[in-house]
Amino acid sequence: MTAGPGGLGRLPASYLAPGITSFTEFVSQQQPDLLPSRRALPGTLTDVVHATTIVALTCEGGVIMAGDRRATMGLTIAQRDIEKVFQADEYSAVGIAGTAGLAIEMVRLFQVELEHYEKLEGSTLSLEGKANRLSTLIRNNLPMAMQGLAVVPLFAGYDLVTGQGRIFSYDITGGKYEEHSFFSVGSGSGPARGALKKRFRDGMADMEAVQVAVDALYDAADEDAGTGGPDLIRKIYPVVALVTDEGYRRIPDDEIGPIVERIVAARHETIGG
Amino acid sequence: MQFGYVPPEQQMRDRSEYARKGIARGRSVLVMTYVDGILFVAENPSSALHKVSEIYDRIAFAAVGKYNEFESLRVAGVRLADMRGYAYDRRDVTGRGLANAYAQTLGTIFTQESKPYEVEIVVAEIGETPAGDQIYRLTYDGSVADERGFVAMGGQAEPLATYLKEHHHDGLTLAEGLSMAVAALRADGDREIEADSLEVAVLDRTRPRRKFKRLTDTAVSRLLADGNESAAQAVADEPGAASQNQPQQPGQSGPGGDPTESVEAQSADTQDEDPETA
Repeated sequence: MTAGPGGLGRLPASYLAPGITSFTEFVSQQQPDLLPSRRALPGTLTDVVHATTIVALTCEGGVIMAGDRRATMGLTIAQRDIEKVFQADEYSAVGIAGTAGLAIEMVRLFQVELEHYEKLEGSTLSLEGKANRLSTLIRNNLPMAMQGLAVVPLFAGYDLVTGQGRIFSYDITGGKYEEHSFFSVGSGSGPARGALKKRFRDGMADMEAVQVAVDALYDAADEDAGTGGPDLIRKIYPVVALVTDEGYRRIPDDEIGPIVERIVAARHETIGG
Repeated sequence: MQFGYVPPEQQMRDRSEYARKGIARGRSVLVMTYVDGILFVAENPSSALHKVSEIYDRIAFAAVGKYNEFESLRVAGVRLADMRGYAYDRRDVTGRGLANAYAQTLGTIFTQESKPYEVEIVVAEIGETPAGDQIYRLTYDGSVADERGFVAMGGQAEPLATYLKEHHHDGLTLAEGLSMAVAALRADGDREIEADSLEVAVLDRTRPRRKFKRLTDTAVSRLLADGNESAAQAVADEPGAASQNQPQQPGQSGPGGDPTESVEAQSADTQDEDPETA
């Protein structure tokens, strides 16, 4: 009997052994089949659920990350209220674009990875350290990305050492690129980045930056079929997270709602916002 | 050297005695429920080597005895909890499951290894309400006890447990609980306890997802000042209650405070303590 996830016996010697502080590494030794990257695919898959546009921009207090709520499968809307921006740990957020199933699993693994390190070591990883861990997870997924299941996250957090918000983007090989000021990923990232470029200013107040993020998502939804606009009838608004020195905060719907309504009202006047 | 037959009863008694002696050499840890969760107070001058740690969202771990031994148990607990939570769901990680795994592990080590672990540990889990709070106490031989209200372990645990039995009750505030723990430690050792020589942590029901939180020295000093006011009546008839009314801030010696006094006390403590025993 072992004390693996199922059993209730004594703890195996490998659990008691010192050394490994990475959860992913530990799982890969104990139960590799639990890892998202350890699966062989028979061929190339195309009809899977895709998550779309994520934007991030720095602001006075730190960094904002926002994502629309649509998931698509081919030309079908697979889910209209999916959440694609997650809290990675106390001071960072991760947003996902690409194959939703794998991406959500990867985020879950990433969250445990950060918390696991924090608990074992008694200190948190540096922001760069966290960004590099995410890089490793994406790199492990490369074989699946080659078969059509790419995951492209966007990572942003508040750097407690430098005292500012920082944004990291990735490619499917796990390459990590630090972005300055703003960035977007996903199918609507082109129009979203255009909107961000026009409206971004250094050191914007936090709530002003929230408005710019929502505006950029509106523009993305305007041009890209995969990105969902704000749904005023069902009251489905973008997920917006603010990360500052006080930690991660998801802006609640009752604060986003009025911002979205203002933006939509403004578009009645001028279609370009 | 002696050869020959040693009856199993004698073997087990020897092992128990060996483990008990090791555990009694260290300093004490107190665990008790309060209105918003569970409070952990350890006498621990080190701010890096912890005796109290987070295991999972609602579960914490406290230990006394040999540091390397309880540290490996703590690491195993975190791995088990994270593994289970990742494979199933966060809600499927329970204190009972963890206590079981520890009990099996300690029990096997006690009977099969050449020396038993010199540790005593507590696995505590908070529920949605105070009624759901659980404190499991595990000893070196793998016995588990489901404790109600409080646990005192390590060092001179008996008088501490007696003190808590007299004073602990449901619905304590955090400040009252902390003051009571410090009063217990103070009455036992008959010495001053400074905030910076304490390791204090809570499992706090009112916090979001991760309920575990360490309290800083400043927070501890402030809570002790608050708690002494409300607890002043309750402990007025206790010996050593006089010192209750003079909460000391760290680095701020009171009117009669002699800085050399605390230095002496510290070096005396380190002398009679086994360096291996945290």
